[in-house]
Amino acid sequence: MGLTSEWARAWVALSAKVIAENRVELTALDRPIGDGDHGENMNRGFTAVVPKLDSLAEGSAADILKLVAMTLISTVGGAAGPLYGTGYLKAAGAVAGQDELDGASLVAILAAARDGIVLRGKALVGEKTMIDAWTPAVDAAAEAHAAGKSELEILQAAASAAEAGAVATEPLIARKGRASYLGERAIGHRDPGAQSTALLLRAAADAAAA
Amino acid sequence: MSVGLVVVSHSDKIAVGIVELARQMAPTTRVLPAGGLDDGAIGTSFEKITEAIALADEGEGAVLLCDLGSAILTAETALDFLDDVQRGRVVIADAPIVEGTVAAAVAAETGGDVAAVVTAAESANRPGRAAPEPAESAEPAGSAETLTARATLVNKDGLHARPAADFVRRASEFGAAITVNGVDAKSLLRIMSLGLGAGSELTLTAEGPDAATALDALVGLIESGFGEA
Repeated sequence: MGLTSEWARAWVALSAKVIAENRVELTALDRPIGDGDHGENMNRGFTAVVPKLDSLAEGSAADILKLVAMTLISTVGGAAGPLYGTGYLKAAGAVAGQDELDGASLVAILAAARDGIVLRGKALVGEKTMIDAWTPAVDAAAEAHAAGKSELEILQAAASAAEAGAVATEPLIARKGRASYLGERAIGHRDPGAQSTALLLRAAADAAAA
Repeated sequence: MSVGLVVVSHSDKIAVGIVELARQMAPTTRVLPAGGLDDGAIGTSFEKITEAIALADEGEGAVLLCDLGSAILTAETALDFLDDVQRGRVVIADAPIVEGTVAAAVAAETGGDVAAVVTAAESANRPGRAAPEPAESAEPAGSAETLTARATLVNKDGLHARPAADFVRRASEFGAAITVNGVDAKSLLRIMSLGLGAGSELTLTAEGPDAATALDALVGLIESGFGEA
């Protein structure tokens, strides 16, 4: 029994909640190595998503992900807007027309989102960006799927890998964005984009568990 | 119709200010600001960029100039949403936003196509360095003779931005390859990089069928003080 559009809806609602709860922390992570607005920007984006989602009475998972994409692109304002927006848009494309999402669909969503973000931001693994959370998450999800795990277990594996990936950005030197201006002074700081990715993917797992 | 420009900045004031500067030198070119978020806060707006592209591109294409990283990301995202036909003629220039916009605006004002406008904008990446001389490679030797003229700059403030733009616009009306003190007379940034002050001696060369007319016109323009001496 796979997940439905109800899971996508719950994921988005939970994402808005955890981003709001963690916006101060995300902004605090962004202050020393960025421009100190990641939490506020992400919160503005997800706050705008919620009423739009409420007015979308019916819709597939792909419709919901596309709505998130367009809203984030329009409202976030910082680099996270086009990056996450492109990610959600590609994720929507990966499951277009599917009423039920099985393990393969979830792996496809994560991989497409990651590929979209790479396409937009051109970051590689190890450059202290959100890709350092996304790529381990995609790998862990694919591994869990190959091992015959459930949808919930696949999402939990992805969330745990993203959290570990976010922590692992701390010793890295940034190669992208404003953090790259700091050189070695970025060492010791966690990348805020990797941290917001970990929060969003944990929300995806929690939405499946509910 | 000509190529339009979009100035994408995190700040509405920066975008509007650059547009104001560019319009002074390119009064008839469509230069659209797309700065800040919809509520005026700092950031880049997908909607503002999309609307500005729609106004800037009347069919001849548009060139975008961006400030910091996420302005480029948002502009690229906006380009992704254009239809295939329009996407083929809307280009993001890799150039510093102020100098690039000014150079691009003058190129658009003189009828340059998208490629020419992008080249003009990106020439701002290497200011002060003499370009490979177009006059040397334009025509095979012997097919036309190079004419030379001299003039003295009378403007008390030297060849600053506005008269320099006037000069480039006038030079661009001629088919001849023209240089001034060794740099391409049709490149605003090259000319400004010469740092010509009041009293500077200018040496102009021209090569091509309308070379003599071009030199007459440009010497006349310089000696008239560009209407401000």
